Amino acid sequence: MKPDSKFDTLVKNTKDVNFTLFGEVVTAPKGSTLAAVILSHSGDTFRQTETGALRSAFCMMGVCFECLVEVNGNQNTQSCMILIEDKMVVKRQVGLRQIEICEND
Amino acid sequence: MTDYDIIIIGAGPAGMSAASVAANGGLDVLLLDEQPDAGGQVYRNIKQNETEQNWFGNDYSSGKHLVNAINCNKITKYFNATVWRVEKNKRVIWSHNGESKISAASHIVLATGAQERPFPFPGWTLPGVMTVGSAQILMKSSGIFPKEAVLVGSGPLLYLVATQMIDANCPPKALLETQTLRMMMNSLIHLPKALLNMKSLIKGFMFIQKIKSAGVPRYKSVSRLKAQSSENGSIKFLFLHKGIRRSLTTKLLLIHQGVIPSTEISRSIGVDHSWNKSQLAFQPIIDKWGKTNIDGIYIAGDCAGINGSNAAVLYGKKVATKILYETGKVSFYFYTKQSLCIRTRLFFTNSVRLFLDTIFAVPQEILLPSDETIVCRCEEKTVGEVKLGLNEGICGVRQLKTSIRSGMGLCQGRMCDATIRSIMLHNTSQDDKTILAPKARSPLKPITLGEMSKIKKD
Amino acid sequence: MTDNQPEITIIGGGVVGLSIAVGLLQSGHKVIVLDGKDNDARASYGNFGLIWGQGKGWDFPPYAKLTTDAIDAWQNFSDNLNELSGLDVSLDQKGGFEFFTDPEEFKSFIGMLEIQRAHAGNRFSYESLSGDELRKQIPGIGTKVVGATFSQLDGHVNPLRFLRALRRSVQVLGGKIRSNTVVKKAKSNKNGSFSLTLANGKVIRSEKVILCAGLGTTKLANQLAFKTNIRPEKGELLITEKLGNKLPFLSSTIRQVDEGGVQIGGTNADAGMNESETLSDMVDLARHAVEVYPALSNVRVLRAWGALRIITPDGFPVYAQSEEYPGAYLITCHSGVTLASLHASILPDWIDNNIKAPNLEAFNEARF
Repeated sequence: MKPDSKFDTLVKNTKDVNFTLFGEVVTAPKGSTLAAVILSHSGDTFRQTETGALRSAFCMMGVCFECLVEVNGNQNTQSCMILIEDKMVVKRQVGLRQIEICEND
Repeated sequence: MTDYDIIIIGAGPAGMSAASVAANGGLDVLLLDEQPDAGGQVYRNIKQNETEQNWFGNDYSSGKHLVNAINCNKITKYFNATVWRVEKNKRVIWSHNGESKISAASHIVLATGAQERPFPFPGWTLPGVMTVGSAQILMKSSGIFPKEAVLVGSGPLLYLVATQMIDANCPPKALLETQTLRMMMNSLIHLPKALLNMKSLIKGFMFIQKIKSAGVPRYKSVSRLKAQSSENGSIKFLFLHKGIRRSLTTKLLLIHQGVIPSTEISRSIGVDHSWNKSQLAFQPIIDKWGKTNIDGIYIAGDCAGINGSNAAVLYGKKVATKILYETGKVSFYFYTKQSLCIRTRLFFTNSVRLFLDTIFAVPQEILLPSDETIVCRCEEKTVGEVKLGLNEGICGVRQLKTSIRSGMGLCQGRMCDATIRSIMLHNTSQDDKTILAPKARSPLKPITLGEMSKIKKD
Repeated sequence: MTDNQPEITIIGGGVVGLSIAVGLLQSGHKVIVLDGKDNDARASYGNFGLIWGQGKGWDFPPYAKLTTDAIDAWQNFSDNLNELSGLDVSLDQKGGFEFFTDPEEFKSFIGMLEIQRAHAGNRFSYESLSGDELRKQIPGIGTKVVGATFSQLDGHVNPLRFLRALRRSVQVLGGKIRSNTVVKKAKSNKNGSFSLTLANGKVIRSEKVILCAGLGTTKLANQLAFKTNIRPEKGELLITEKLGNKLPFLSSTIRQVDEGGVQIGGTNADAGMNESETLSDMVDLARHAVEVYPALSNVRVLRAWGALRIITPDGFPVYAQSEEYPGAYLITCHSGVTLASLHASILPDWIDNNIKAPNLEAFNEARF
């Protein structure tokens, strides 16, 4: 049961974007920053730090690097600095980012 | 070989003002901003908010003409453009759509504005704690408003956002002010000069009246702040008020302790910086025109010292006028006439500054948080760990950083430099003169190895 | 400090000075370390933490031997520091690579390693792998890599934690570190002791003086009749965001710090005392990283910086005792991390000139 959003959405925009957020397909106004949509959608946290501490967006202007999520496979992306796009796939950032280490067959 | 006459970094009030004056004077301008549109923080999203401006007040609407003024063919604008390196020889390296470009000019103007002063207390990293500025950005850019918020801290923005929330029918649950009676007493000596900017004082007074009329509970002189997580992701906020330990539970805790100049670019180029004792922040050393110790690098607006958006517009105009004069685009007569006019207006606009800095001074508790408080959010280092590091025979910020990793995370010190500095000041034999501004290095914002590797380095 | 108190003053609180301090303190001496300012050149902050043998001293056998001895001594050294400071410096000696994208360079380096092997007998060995063999062993290595050499003895340590462990160890052993303490003048006294004048005018008298102040050494060295001229050579580095998984290799130009960030380095340039990062080197380092391991492509660089290596006239260490003033020593090298284990163990014997003293004649100033 995901927690409720701490925000009310008062301004509605007509143009909408559909994308996948934390496993769910959501619709949100075009021109919104990803972080804003995450905050308005639910009270879910954005990420877990290396030690497991839960973090969410803090400054909304690109200074604090707290709002990190994975966007289309790119981990550690600041969600307050990008706008939502159709068919984006957004996942929570859990711990440090990983790269693809090819394993021996 | 330069691509432009001027490159202006930052499209807030100072940047937009400088760009339009320079372009009208006949110079080719490149204007870069990392946000999706012009406006900076104070005029955030103003183009899109054409109809919804009632909530944000008249000051906000006045930003419209600035945004319109930069629609001019002499100004090449790029948004979502992140500047990550600026060189002494006036080349700017910036990232846009995953590609890095190099642009050169004969003049560079830094107009990168300010950031919120880090406001650490135990629990400030919990989800549900955000800055007052972030709430304002959400209201302006995304039309989303806090369901239930407690505002805590000090400074004009605290009252401004409280009134904006009241106007939007989502008033704060409570206003907790760290301002003390002593700060108010200390500020009285600066009041006479502040009266020269009566408009500003009246505006502040009106905000407070509005907050009173809306019945928002105000707790003054709060201290011993601490946040804990509560059920359903809420925050339980503990504080001391009139000798009594109280608590408030809220969905959102919005915090603010004023703003400080963003000096990453200026520090990285090698501009000299000095410590501003009344604003408790480093600022670049500039002459009255915004010229720095580095040829061709100018600075305008709050990133040179906090004076607010109205002053920023004037500083932007000043820098551009100076550059127009230096490039022979305007006459000596025009230049001196404009300078006098701008200087006079700045005198009145800035006359309120010392009063504001003093009446909204930073409480000691923020400068020297308790040992359990996280000071470096990125690396999760506490004040206690910093103090331990300081006991090991080191004498400076750089050595401390390499010892305990504070300041080495993604934000590269933006959230912790200020607090680390005040802890050092208090716990070592260092003083204002010996603690130097921390070195900033490129990339000023993280850039992928792939993107960096593709740069054509002619 | 009080007059005529028998003590050793070490000028320079970087890796070299602190390692020597640990060794001298453990052999019973009273030691103080005078360290400069926070924003001095400080090569110890730019270092990669490599404990590296391949390619070292192929053209100067005493150095090859010294390096091999140092590598052997590192495990004990690390354990010693752990006991003293409580800090684990994350010593990792599981072998390291040199990667090549230029076939000529690859061939030439193998030539050097062959000579090194001939000098060292069975104490040094290496493997050479073609690009394809390498990619079989480490899938994910880029196609531009034409070959690599691997030495089982090579390794690395967390350089900044190492520095911290050294500082703590010195303090635990009763040594004193005085930071922000610049020595302006060094003079020998009639009775063989030394007077050191500080920037603030105060004078410290010391029985013996050890000069290992990196780029700050030359002026003082001249005052004590040393001949060595030290010059700076700039190296640039990149550090990336921390990664949650381990990079499957260690190389002298790409290494992952135990905390997770990847450090990329290996440039050199003559830039005087200017340690600013340059776009040109940043781009080269990024290209190198992406060529060697393409999966690093979308990893973000957090910071680039430059550091100044300490280079003697022939690039090899100097261990010298002043002929004119026998209580003064000059110690300088650019592999301060690798050699640290010896600086903390055999060097005190050399300074004491006791029975166990190693023969370091090959490294004195007479060779210049």
